[in-house]
Amino acid sequence: MIQVKNLNVDYFGNPALEQVDIDIPLGYSIGIIGPNGAGKSTFIKSLLGIIKKRSGTITVGNSDIALCQKDIAYVPQKSDVDLTFPITVRDTVLTGTYPKLKLFRRPGKKEKELVERCMEMVDISDLAHKQISNLSGGQLQRVFIARALAQQANIFFLDEPFVGIDLVSEKIIVNLLKKLREEGKTILVVHHDLHEVEEYFDKVIILNRKLIAFGDISTTFSSQNIQSAYGSSLGNVQIKGLGGLV
Amino acid sequence: MIESLASLLNIPVYALNAGLSAIILGIVSGVLGSFIVLRRMSLMGDALSHAVLPGVALSYILGINMIIGASLFGLLAAILIQFITNRSTIKSDTSIGIILSSFFALGIVLITFAQSGLDLTHILFGNILAVPKSELLQSFIIMLVVIAVVSLFYKELLISSFDPVVSKAYGLKTNFYHYLLMMLLSVVTVSSLSQVGIVLVIAMLVIPAATSYLWTNKLLHMIVLASFYGAFSGVAGVVVSFNYNLPTSGTIVLVGVTGFGISFIVSPKNNFFRKGLRTR
Repeated sequence: MIQVKNLNVDYFGNPALEQVDIDIPLGYSIGIIGPNGAGKSTFIKSLLGIIKKRSGTITVGNSDIALCQKDIAYVPQKSDVDLTFPITVRDTVLTGTYPKLKLFRRPGKKEKELVERCMEMVDISDLAHKQISNLSGGQLQRVFIARALAQQANIFFLDEPFVGIDLVSEKIIVNLLKKLREEGKTILVVHHDLHEVEEYFDKVIILNRKLIAFGDISTTFSSQNIQSAYGSSLGNVQIKGLGGLV
Repeated sequence: MIESLASLLNIPVYALNAGLSAIILGIVSGVLGSFIVLRRMSLMGDALSHAVLPGVALSYILGINMIIGASLFGLLAAILIQFITNRSTIKSDTSIGIILSSFFALGIVLITFAQSGLDLTHILFGNILAVPKSELLQSFIIMLVVIAVVSLFYKELLISSFDPVVSKAYGLKTNFYHYLLMMLLSVVTVSSLSQVGIVLVIAMLVIPAATSYLWTNKLLHMIVLASFYGAFSGVAGVVVSFNYNLPTSGTIVLVGVTGFGISFIVSPKNNFFRKGLRTR
């Protein structure tokens, strides 16, 4: 269980997240939704210790999250990465093996074979020699997913993985996440589009600065909860497109 | 050894010393400069190379090795720059400007205070005609240390430069690697004093690395090419400056930047001509 207690995060002096208390069970695929500026990315970044929190404790199992960071693979938003860095697709995926390599240790044969397998899983083997700025948005996202796979983690945090990518890439990534979920991995995905929520996730975290709701899709992903996160007018617009949602 | 090599090549010893120290500086600054360029720390590098001046002066006054004073002041400057940026809304380029100039000013005052012995002009602009053998040896050792440190921490330096966010996410102490590089930078500045001087150290760090960047798609290739090009422009600069009686530091930098200019136009990665057409 990932246990978040009394999480408060400031963003340039303004509260970005207030009083978030949540127990996230392991082994599920979980969507994090909420309007723009609701603190979705801030939420996972503060869990990982990338941004400072004003207060709060985060534990995984019984230990502080800082002790098991190597077991969490993080796929950031594309805009957070320097795409002009002199690095090929293969070497980018190889950096996924770094967290579990000891200091002074270089990736060896085992790691390199793992990288080849991870590239195959997202169908980017033929791009292996390319520098990463020469890829399409979807290809690039698959590279970052492959890197996360190479980390052989048990928990995956993904920040808006489906933004600006083609349908083929989206399908590959969705299938892969399903497979990981079947293997018992925990997957947290920041997601901005309400349409595929029911199809992609077991559970949903609804955020808007505060925790609005958390639970199974069937009970939690309701128009009432969505409205209280997005505001009633916007909530209605979003929900109209959803059809079946009650 | 150097004397016999000099007589073998039929050139004066001081010229051989100059050439060798230019090669050493070229290699070490190619290695370090690649990281400076990729981490967008060119301005920071310039600041640090200036900020070691009071350290150099104090070392002279106290009679200790310049490397000690220089690394202390270099590190202090790096910490202060970070401190000002973190503890106020002042942007980092401004805090770099403040620290760079005030440390430099302190250095000038201290050197005048020390009187004689230390020639400010030589420290600022280099004096490659008078590279003593001890200094050559010291530069060589510094080069070996820098290469060793960079190879030992290669994967950490790579990932913290390429993707600092993900590095932090898996628990890498990115600050440690920042200060490690700052430390190496201060030490390298000392080893370059006699050749290009404090004012132009940054050119040696940035120009070969940026030139190499335009031709490579892998970090290791970039580092190796930058080192070769740094050594080449060093030697070529020394030769040209001896033959035409020009200031060596300036000539080394101008040779280097000529290669950068050519690369900027013809490198396929930069794609200058096609970009030019597209914007029209």
